[in-house]
Amino acid sequence: MITAERKPLDELLAMLEGKDKVLVAGCDTCVAVCLTGGEKEAEILASELRIKAKAEGRSVQIEHTSAIRQCEWEYLDMIAAKVAEFPVVLSMACGIGIQSMAEKFADAYVLPAVNTNMLGMPQEHAVWLERCGACGDCLLADTGGICPVVRCSKSLMNGPCGGSHAGLCEVTGPNKEEIPCAWALIYDKLIAQGRQDKLMEITPPKDWSKSSSGGPRKMVREEAKPV
Amino acid sequence: MADHDFEPEIIVFACHYCAYAAADLAGSMRLQYPTNIRMIKLPCTGKLEIIHLLKALEAGADGVYAAGCMEGECHYLKGNLWARKRVEYAKTLLVELGIEPERVEMYNMSSAMGARFAEVANEFTERIRQLGPSPLRGDGAALDVVPATVAATAEEGQPT
Amino acid sequence: MKSGSNLEKIFSAGKFAVTAECGPPKSADGNVIVDKAKLLSGVVDAANITDNQTAVVRLCSMVSAHLAADNGLEPIMQMTCRDRNRLAMQADILGAAALGIKNILCLTGDHGSFGNHPQAKGVFDLDSVQLIRMYKNMRDEKIFDCGEEISVAPQLYIGCAENPFADPFEFRALRLKKKVNAGVDFIQTQCIFNIPKFKKWMEEVRALGLHKEVKIMAGLTPLKGAGMAKYMKNFVPGMDVPDAIVERMAAVEKGEPQQAEGKKIAVEMIKELAEVEGVAGVHIMAVEWEIAVPEIVAAAGLSPRPAVA
Repeated sequence: MITAERKPLDELLAMLEGKDKVLVAGCDTCVAVCLTGGEKEAEILASELRIKAKAEGRSVQIEHTSAIRQCEWEYLDMIAAKVAEFPVVLSMACGIGIQSMAEKFADAYVLPAVNTNMLGMPQEHAVWLERCGACGDCLLADTGGICPVVRCSKSLMNGPCGGSHAGLCEVTGPNKEEIPCAWALIYDKLIAQGRQDKLMEITPPKDWSKSSSGGPRKMVREEAKPV
Repeated sequence: MADHDFEPEIIVFACHYCAYAAADLAGSMRLQYPTNIRMIKLPCTGKLEIIHLLKALEAGADGVYAAGCMEGECHYLKGNLWARKRVEYAKTLLVELGIEPERVEMYNMSSAMGARFAEVANEFTERIRQLGPSPLRGDGAALDVVPATVAATAEEGQPT
Repeated sequence: MKSGSNLEKIFSAGKFAVTAECGPPKSADGNVIVDKAKLLSGVVDAANITDNQTAVVRLCSMVSAHLAADNGLEPIMQMTCRDRNRLAMQADILGAAALGIKNILCLTGDHGSFGNHPQAKGVFDLDSVQLIRMYKNMRDEKIFDCGEEISVAPQLYIGCAENPFADPFEFRALRLKKKVNAGVDFIQTQCIFNIPKFKKWMEEVRALGLHKEVKIMAGLTPLKGAGMAKYMKNFVPGMDVPDAIVERMAAVEKGEPQQAEGKKIAVEMIKELAEVEGVAGVHIMAVEWEIAVPEIVAAAGLSPRPAVA
């Protein structure tokens, strides 16, 4: 799933400076599951913004709404009437939803309330781990189902590097958390699968043109297009 | 500047199994506690949502606290522990809003602790008196909508 | 001869090679390199010119390598995958070759989070194994990574690093084999303090026959003090410093005596490592202590350096 984190309040307040009629729009899909931007969080943020305005003696109209999915036109139709009442929309969806809103509601000033950060897996309740880099050229078949593109700090294709120690990466995460060495995991998995020979193959340079290095990507399924 | 003479408006989210009963007990024991508090009964403090704390403040409450069962004694096992986490999170929201986080709190007590209920009510009221009125304080009338807000959320049966 | 570098000739002549490390300054002051080059010229066969070492911005390795060569010190230009994509890495090696730089050390590079620009985008288009193969193909097949021909190919002596002390230990010698298969000519190891573990790794290397396919240089860092020993033990990733070494340093008085002890340990280690079958040279990484290198090399009986044609 796509995960996101709410932007710091100060950044949001700076964005909203001088704007007194704001709709906070949640999205009830990915960002709701990661407890960042669903209806509940949209209601909380709207309340926070009203509290801030009230404490400063500013008169504002700040309400919240939520779409089942901000990234699909059909669901945006369902909140269109509400959006029409507000000149400014603070979207709590991922970057995709925010852009769909901006495109769909061309008259509204659509602003981001979150930082979209990864394609993550919920490891346990309220903990997400990055699992996919959407590189456009999946190599999990060769790496025991463990992605070196996003799980190795250096995206090594022929690891582990000299910084792998006791199963951990030499790099610590942004919140000082320990990072398991992806190549230590790959090594263990391939050995367990009896694929030692795979470890000895030199993986050639990756074709990054299939990733964002090739320019913005587009996917079309002709056979599925409406007739 | 703090106005130490004012009468704070305080919302208490009280668990049906402990604090709410403890309030009854305090009453029958004829213990003195401030009239500043308005109680909202919850089936368990686990029902408390972050938005309830914010809505109470938004409505003009000078302080809000939740009173749940002793840790380990929750009728629903962990509801009071969830409540504590939500109160702690609400404090972080207040910090980013520039409002004193001490305006929200979590307390634990059992139904047999009438005296403790009165003590907490006194202690928290005094704390808020020291902090002064909330910057969101109104005439108090808006506070009447808070129980309805909570009831609405409960009826919607939103996931917690 | 692949490159005709002095280092390659030393190995070809069957001599025990000695290299050192020469770090460029965090400024535009090329004289720092000139001075270090003059100090190490004739003392070692070649010296590594580091490339934004520990992800800290420094005078670039290509220009530093050129300055070193101009001042009598053969450079081993380091090249990390962290700061360049495959276009830049190929362009730089053509430029380096045009300047007469012959030795290249292929590294993935320390992660940017350790350096002074942790906000930078880490490139990592290739890893060190892929980089080795790309340079080998440029030299031997005269082709770019895309397959296009190179009219004048760079003549390179290709090196890399390997850390015998990283995990999984069972894979370290095999990973060296991957680098050998990719086409590396010489390797320098991470600095060795735990000699028994290094010897165990070398047993595996010999079992794979790698010592016959690649020149292996044992890496070593002279300790300047007990504090440094403790720091390296506790805080430098991938470092394995036995307690006995820390204790031996700490047993001596701080300052001059500890420095002397550090040099003494280095000399003893060089002598011991030189006896290990398959070790073809020693690489001395005297971090910001290049001045100690001539004395250590001499005390180890490795001076003067042989002249090879």
